[in-house]
Amino acid sequence: MNVRLYVWQRLTAALMVPLVLVHIAVIFYATRQGMTAADILARTRGSLVWASFYGIFVAAAAIHASIGVRTVLSEWLPLTDRRAGLATIVFGLLLAALGLRAVAAVVLS
Amino acid sequence: MVHRISGLALAIFLPLHFLALGLAIDGDARLEDFLRWSDQPLVKLAEGGLVFLLTVHLLGGLRILVIENLDWRDGQKQLASIAAAVSAIIAFIFLVRLF
Repeated sequence: MNVRLYVWQRLTAALMVPLVLVHIAVIFYATRQGMTAADILARTRGSLVWASFYGIFVAAAAIHASIGVRTVLSEWLPLTDRRAGLATIVFGLLLAALGLRAVAAVVLS
Repeated sequence: MVHRISGLALAIFLPLHFLALGLAIDGDARLEDFLRWSDQPLVKLAEGGLVFLLTVHLLGGLRILVIENLDWRDGQKQLASIAAAVSAIIAFIFLVRLF
């Protein structure tokens, strides 16, 4: 892993520490009496706070996960740097697109 | 290795998680149908496993950040054991609440 990727990996990790803690708390809260779509959407629809929270979370997770997958692929498979880099970008963009779509689905729909 | 495996498992799960939440684009009913499907015991067990992996990865990541950025301390193995124990407790509480 080069220095630039290392810094991004650690910065997104530090950023996500409080986000993951809040997310785990939300999981516990949301499942307290069974989860329903109505409960979830009542919380998130039209909420700028949740849109920002999960928007930042998705961006950080997409960067963090794709760099992490690159590291693991490079260690476990005989991939060239170029191919590992390409896989990282494709996976990161896929995560970001699906994640932002999910945020839009629960906030805007 | 635990950090790598938990991270990889979470990376595989994330797109599926996003696709599931994205069902709300087609209306509440699609998401509700999926949530009722997820009431199956095996799916709940898998959800408990994911909460465990997320907690393991969070605590493992915190350990790396602490080691890299703060003065080194003795007792790394104890810290790792505590991380695993806390993860197991959180996942167990989650499972008890689900079932």
